[in-house]
Amino acid sequence: MRSKSSTIVMAVYILCLLIPIYWLINMSLKTNSEITSTFSLWPQTFTLQNYVTILTDPSWYMGYVNSLIYVTMNVVISLTVALPAAYAFSRYNFMGDKHLFFWLLTNRMAPPAVFALPFFQLYSSVGLFDTHIAIALAHCLFNVPLAVWILEGFMRGVPKEIDETAYIDGYSFPKFFVKIFMPLIASGIGVAAFFCFMFSWVELLLSRTLATVNAKSIAATMTRTVSASGMDWGVLAAAGVLTIVPGALVIYFVRNYIAKGFALGRV
Amino acid sequence: MDKTQNNKAWFLVLPVLLLVAFSAVLPLMTVVNYAFNDTFGQNEFFWEGLGWFEEMVTSDRLHDALGRQILFSGIILLIEVPLGIFIALNMPGKGFWGSFCLVLMALPLLIPFNVVGTIWQIFGRVDIGLLGHGLAALGIDYNYTNDPIDAWVTLIVMDVWHWTSLVALLAYAGLQSIPQAYYQAARIDQATRWSVFRYIELPKMKGVLLIAVLLRFMDSFMIYTEPFVLTGGGPGNSTTFLSIDLAKMATGQFDLGPAAAFSLMYFCVILLISWVFYTAMTNLDREENR
Amino acid sequence: MSRITLSNLAHSYLANPKGDDDFALKEMDHVWDDGGAYALLGASGCGKTTLLNIISGLVRPSQGRVLFGDRDVTDAATTERNIAQVFQFPVVYDTMTVRDNLAFPLRNRGMDAAYIAKRVAQIAQMIGMEDILSKKARGLTADAKQKISLGRGMVREDVNAILFDEPLTVIDPHMKWELRTQLKSLHREFGHTMIYVTHDQTEALTFADKVVVMHEGRVVQMGTPEELFETPEHTFVGYFIGSPGMNLFEAEISGSEARLQGVKVALGAAYGPTTGRTQIGIRPEYVTVSDEGMPVTIKRVEDVGRHRILRAELGGQPLNAMLPEGMTIPADGARVAFAPAKINVYANDWRVAPGDVRKGA
Repeated sequence: MRSKSSTIVMAVYILCLLIPIYWLINMSLKTNSEITSTFSLWPQTFTLQNYVTILTDPSWYMGYVNSLIYVTMNVVISLTVALPAAYAFSRYNFMGDKHLFFWLLTNRMAPPAVFALPFFQLYSSVGLFDTHIAIALAHCLFNVPLAVWILEGFMRGVPKEIDETAYIDGYSFPKFFVKIFMPLIASGIGVAAFFCFMFSWVELLLSRTLATVNAKSIAATMTRTVSASGMDWGVLAAAGVLTIVPGALVIYFVRNYIAKGFALGRV
Repeated sequence: MDKTQNNKAWFLVLPVLLLVAFSAVLPLMTVVNYAFNDTFGQNEFFWEGLGWFEEMVTSDRLHDALGRQILFSGIILLIEVPLGIFIALNMPGKGFWGSFCLVLMALPLLIPFNVVGTIWQIFGRVDIGLLGHGLAALGIDYNYTNDPIDAWVTLIVMDVWHWTSLVALLAYAGLQSIPQAYYQAARIDQATRWSVFRYIELPKMKGVLLIAVLLRFMDSFMIYTEPFVLTGGGPGNSTTFLSIDLAKMATGQFDLGPAAAFSLMYFCVILLISWVFYTAMTNLDREENR
Repeated sequence: MSRITLSNLAHSYLANPKGDDDFALKEMDHVWDDGGAYALLGASGCGKTTLLNIISGLVRPSQGRVLFGDRDVTDAATTERNIAQVFQFPVVYDTMTVRDNLAFPLRNRGMDAAYIAKRVAQIAQMIGMEDILSKKARGLTADAKQKISLGRGMVREDVNAILFDEPLTVIDPHMKWELRTQLKSLHREFGHTMIYVTHDQTEALTFADKVVVMHEGRVVQMGTPEELFETPEHTFVGYFIGSPGMNLFEAEISGSEARLQGVKVALGAAYGPTTGRTQIGIRPEYVTVSDEGMPVTIKRVEDVGRHRILRAELGGQPLNAMLPEGMTIPADGARVAFAPAKINVYANDWRVAPGDVRKGA
């Protein structure tokens, strides 16, 4: 009984989530003249031309490449620095630990709009403007605190006796950390990586501010098309669909980690 | 867990510290510099003291934006938190359908903010969008580009569409940690559905819900991209939230001084509220570990 | 309160069970008397939790019926069965006070306030929590929380049965004894049907009037603690009950005599011919060590506090015997004798009654 009404609720909810996305896909498969002239629930004259436009024009597809490059860099950097820090927070008391943790969290809460301009000046002055690494570093501002926080939650769940046993068995700290500890919190690392990917992938303001040509993200490419070329709805919709694809792939591959991570950690 | 006192742990934290300091402290210094000075370009600064702050605190424009912002965040939380909990309660457990729902629900979370704006921009348009066209066909006068109320409704629906899943997933995580025995005990005690929710599920979800509220509050308070793409702050100034106003000021008009002062105050407000939440959370932790 | 009848009951967690092995619970027919105190005893994975869940209504059996009194409750939900259950780990409503926790099952059934207050006070006194009734349950120790769970199980007077699922797992050893005694006296006082699941034989034997021993999804014996000790119906019961368990020897039976490895042993009665694997069993308590009888090879003597145990071998098979106080073992090898009336005969692990011919399954 309960499961039947639950099924209806979930079906309605997921349908509501998917309809706008369906509409975007629908639009991306229509020609521009059809979009503006007729209203239909599915494409009357099916076309892949919008996708062809994007995939053959470097100014479009380089946007995806750039986005993927800086997102990957960001995930790697965030996790590399967050892992030891999270370990420190989960295992030791040290001077100023509480304040440091809170300070880290406040950066997660800083409005990107506040930092856009100073970032621009900072990275210009050190010669990193319009590079992938600049965007990756800027995104660390909110991803590193988040990663530390998630990982710390998972690490607290690992009994300390495991560390001690490993040291008695003669493992050095780095070897213990990589060989024993990291596999234990694999699902935590999965969850943290997922969130880092997500927030870096969806962010627009900083990536738009910090790049003009060489590292221009797909999101930024899209906003400029909106303002410049009249309304090329079909191409815009196709570009939108293509931005959803990497996210959908990532979540599909990590779905079991996420389910497990959600069940175990505090996230 | 008992932690050992060890100041060498600082070495483990050092990389994070340096990285975040580079990304946070230096820009923040720049902002502070602007906030207290005036400039006519060429890096020449004149001491302005608290002038910009006074100007911003008394500015009607800021008050209006703040009012809209608080209203928006309030409405968002009031809708998304109960709805998210409700969805989480109806989610299937483990197995194929569990992962299936999880994947589909997480989908909106992984769409770039401006694409979310674009989706709804298209979806809501009267001429080419399903929503706009559908409402028009039903005889409802709807146009989010002209009517402030319609713009608000569209923004709120969009945000609910975008973020409810996050609340639902967090609440679901909380629910998953409840052992089956609790539900069995409640059935034996003949507890009503409401009692089960009130005395078993809600207490267990309290921790994650606090996190969900915190995240949703922060993010909606900083919202920029989606309304920027969807309405551009309009019609008029009706959907100009704090971030949009700030960006207009800083990048559009190059009023760096007031914008910086504004940023600092904005940051302080968020910091204050975050601190309250953080303290509440750690107190809760302590209470539960007692 | 009512009698519980399990009729033709069996359960498999698979949709289409093929052989016997697919059944978590093999076919059984039992009647459990109203007001009895039963213990379900067995190693983990023997199906005792499955059986409990079927009685509580959490699991619907794949075949057979469950009756409370004359009412068929096989398809009834837990709520309708009017039972109480205490779980392995404390299940308390954290945000409620101890008083509200105890009152919760009564309030949900719409009892009047005066009755609830009276009943809660009674229960609180029983579990010794009168002075912390107004405290929130959250901050309490696991012991205290489990006592609340027990109390909530007891608070209703009209329940059909109270089920205990290894309720003392989280309790300190000294508290275990106290709580078990309390449960026992509560049972005498109120006469509820109680079903107590455990893997600890001491708990089972001290708590229950009748112990139901389960092994590999089957009820192998249901009887008083004395019956389990004197005449185990299955070799598993002999081995599982008692410390150390029953001695078992491969043997050939002819009439009132058993032959093991060439040694003749007198039995208390005459048996018909047996088929399949034949064993005789004798409790270590009924093995006497003396100068006469069968020669054994001594391995060692263990002192386990109240008595000593002789570990030895008889014809290559292990043998345990209880040694009386102060007895010394002859250095040149001891001899043992079995009390004939206390020997049980088993064919394919099941006990054979004297004069009976039992074929192995």
